[in-house]
Amino acid sequence: MTDQETPYRQAEANVVLRQVGKPLERTDAKGKATGRTRYAGDYTMPGMLHAKVLRSDIASGRLKHLDASKARALPGVVSVLTAQDLPDRLAATDMPGQTGQKRASTDRQILVREIIRHHGEPLALIAAETPALADQAFDLIEYEIEPLPGVYETDAALEPGAPIVTEPDNVVGEYKIRKGDTEKGFAGADHIIENTFHTQFIEHAFLEPEVGLAWVDENGVVNIRMSTQVIEHFRFIADALGVPHNKVRILGAMVGGGFGGKEDITVELYLALLAQTTRRPVRLAYTREDSFVGHGKRHPFSVTHKTGVTKDGKITALEVTISADSGAYVFLSPYVLLYCAVAAPGPYRVENLKIDAAAIATNNMYTSAFRGFGAAQACVAYEAQMDEIAKTLGIDRFEFRRRNFMRTGDKTATGQVVESAIWADECMTQALEALGEKAADKGPVKIGRGVATYQQSYGRITWFHDTSEAWVGIEVDGTVIVRSGVTDIGAGQASALGQIAAELLGVGLDDVVIYNSDSAVTPLAGTTTATRALYMTGRAVHTASTNLRERLVAFAAQELDAQFDEIDLANGQAFVIDDPSKSMTLKDLASRGASEGLERSELAMFRAPFTDPIDPETGQGPVFPDFTYGCHAVDVAVDTETGEVTVLKSVGAHDIGQAINPQAVEGQIEGGALMGQGYALSEELIYQEGKLVSPSFSEYLIPTSMDMPDIQCIILESRSGLGPFGAKGIGEPSLTPVAPAIANAIADAIGTRVFDLPITPEKIVRALREADSI
Amino acid sequence: MSLEKAVSVTINGVARQLSAPANETLLDCLRRHGHFEVKSGCEKGDCGACAVQIDGEPVDSCLTLTWMVEGRSVTTLEGLNDADSPHPLIAAFLEQGAVQCGYCTPGIMIAAEAMLRETPDPTDEDIAIALSGNLCRCTGYTKIFTAVKQAAEVLRAGDGND
Repeated sequence: MTDQETPYRQAEANVVLRQVGKPLERTDAKGKATGRTRYAGDYTMPGMLHAKVLRSDIASGRLKHLDASKARALPGVVSVLTAQDLPDRLAATDMPGQTGQKRASTDRQILVREIIRHHGEPLALIAAETPALADQAFDLIEYEIEPLPGVYETDAALEPGAPIVTEPDNVVGEYKIRKGDTEKGFAGADHIIENTFHTQFIEHAFLEPEVGLAWVDENGVVNIRMSTQVIEHFRFIADALGVPHNKVRILGAMVGGGFGGKEDITVELYLALLAQTTRRPVRLAYTREDSFVGHGKRHPFSVTHKTGVTKDGKITALEVTISADSGAYVFLSPYVLLYCAVAAPGPYRVENLKIDAAAIATNNMYTSAFRGFGAAQACVAYEAQMDEIAKTLGIDRFEFRRRNFMRTGDKTATGQVVESAIWADECMTQALEALGEKAADKGPVKIGRGVATYQQSYGRITWFHDTSEAWVGIEVDGTVIVRSGVTDIGAGQASALGQIAAELLGVGLDDVVIYNSDSAVTPLAGTTTATRALYMTGRAVHTASTNLRERLVAFAAQELDAQFDEIDLANGQAFVIDDPSKSMTLKDLASRGASEGLERSELAMFRAPFTDPIDPETGQGPVFPDFTYGCHAVDVAVDTETGEVTVLKSVGAHDIGQAINPQAVEGQIEGGALMGQGYALSEELIYQEGKLVSPSFSEYLIPTSMDMPDIQCIILESRSGLGPFGAKGIGEPSLTPVAPAIANAIADAIGTRVFDLPITPEKIVRALREADSI
Repeated sequence: MSLEKAVSVTINGVARQLSAPANETLLDCLRRHGHFEVKSGCEKGDCGACAVQIDGEPVDSCLTLTWMVEGRSVTTLEGLNDADSPHPLIAAFLEQGAVQCGYCTPGIMIAAEAMLRETPDPTDEDIAIALSGNLCRCTGYTKIFTAVKQAAEVLRAGDGND
């Protein structure tokens, strides 16, 4: 059954790795563990002003008037900007035209001119000599908002006569996938099982709130040092300021967590406007409440599965209806929707398929990128449905999955042949083995077991024609420098690049220094999003290092009087493989090379597969470069009297192709386990008439040290991915199966299901009562 | 403008005079004086990123006014990073890979160090309770627990050698 013993690509498997695949101490770890790393909020400048954003506390309204004269008159207040002070210009929220569904009217207004569409929409920007003065000015701005009827539920938003959030209607994105013949498939089914699953608004809850510092330099360039996943928003900022793209530079810093929440524009737009206006350095640090109110959330989804199955457990047809709350502005909603639609069948063979997905505008907070990006919500639905079907059929849940799993060589829902290994089954088998024996129930405390397997893309949508660049150079003393724009959001994105360069150039990770995250100085690497940084930039570093290596090897062959093929680089030496006594240090090699005019650096671009958009009617065609497969398995204890859930065991098993740094991979799996556990059990942003009423960590409950079990990680390596050394991606996939695994374990424990996340004690007790009364 | 005075306080073993307004939190004051290892995460005492020790007890510096630490001793992560003998927690966090984005790390080390002085051989529950005021969104705590236990072992083995 399992082909896990044999790596999928034998050629890659036989490469001896010296740096890659080792749990090396990350290059960023020491600075962080000693408190010496400077985050964006730790930078100051002489003469720096302090900024603040005034936001609407009403979700739907009309700004009748806004008077900042008293605030402006306060000594020490340097600038108050309102919409009246800005050109009538919108702020782009993503690459124009990429979705094919973009409507200009849904670009975001920079500051509210008249209509307020969500709670927290910015009304005015303040820059003052001290934070206290900015606070005082904040209180002195007078304004009046006339409430307007709003719409806060996706169903209501589609009703005739519903308020339109942005013209022409409330449907901001739609996707269809058609494959085979569902009517025929349902006709051949012994059972048809239909369920609807709901997910909630959640918050990224990175520990470092959004922060940045901007200044205009002597060349008139607006420089912004900030916490972001995407330094390349400099283009949108330039467009919003009305200056050429080369007049805005974004410098990153180590990011105190992102998870998608620092993917869209945050503070940089406000910083740039204030720095441009005041010509002084400006710092803007969001409070935690600003952060809760000020950035996009995870989309709540409603996903209905109607599945036809034969009595021996073969899926014959699947219809999925998907609806997502996009909130008041589009941002990345169409993409998130597409991810959900493509992921909707899960890692299962479904020949007859019909998927209809829509993203609906409301006056809730806009929703956008969040680790898992639609595919996570899809998994919440399909894995619960798999358990429900198995229950109806009376077939073991794991066996039912095995009868339907995609296998290596299979196609996705959109007809894309997956070129890498599909080890969903192997991952589930190993995760279940690791759980071992299930504990026995104890009185009212019932023990349940759940798994969730998944298929999730890594890399961006292939019709975006994604690219990434990196530069690798060797100094005359044999040390190595990597330069790339990649932002490091805490997962070790930069360090992994160093490990790849070290592997190929025959040095240790300590010999490599990485400069990253500067839109003006480091080669542009694209975004740290979409589980793409290692895949894309890792490949760019791999190519640059390989090209440099070949040049060094050729020069060494000349110096050592040997053939090119006879030379290897390792441990800071170039040597003849069959006679290591014939060697020279990389230092000698690089310095002699330098004096002979040897090029000691290399810039490389990696291009993801480029495709055309999928067919709009059938949704058929390639969508992503490749996919990661894996499984999360948990045992939970549910107190049926109180509804309290304790996660007892939590195991993630993922085929990640090749671990570049296994310790960092485990970190992703463990962190995904925490975030998924919060998603399943406790996290929910409560909006009342669009207004967020839980904007703090005392109301919005993420798992703490008291809630987490010891998480076990199983790393499978098919070496079949498109990343460097056959790596796949793990950043988002690690999260995706966790919440559905917990939901399935709870259902297993209590014998009935809660269909909407989070599964709180109240909902469990209610579900048990309802089950009893039937 | 609010009242300001010079507060005498020992920071990481060094006697200092910090000029601070009456309403300034210790968090803001420490950062204003260059102690950027003290992080601001919520300013409400919910997340623990700003934790420091006052006379050896971990507290949230965002909930502490600078004037309240007059004559007392404040320890930040920098104070655990003595050039000659860095605290074993630092090496353990590095070895175990317990650091990801690193923003919660200073507060977690401060809380863990205080716990280890009281509880040299901590159980998982001891560690969970000690860190319950420190949120971490990246690691799932697994490697943090392992690192704290490793540091405890190193401290026990080296007990009396200092």
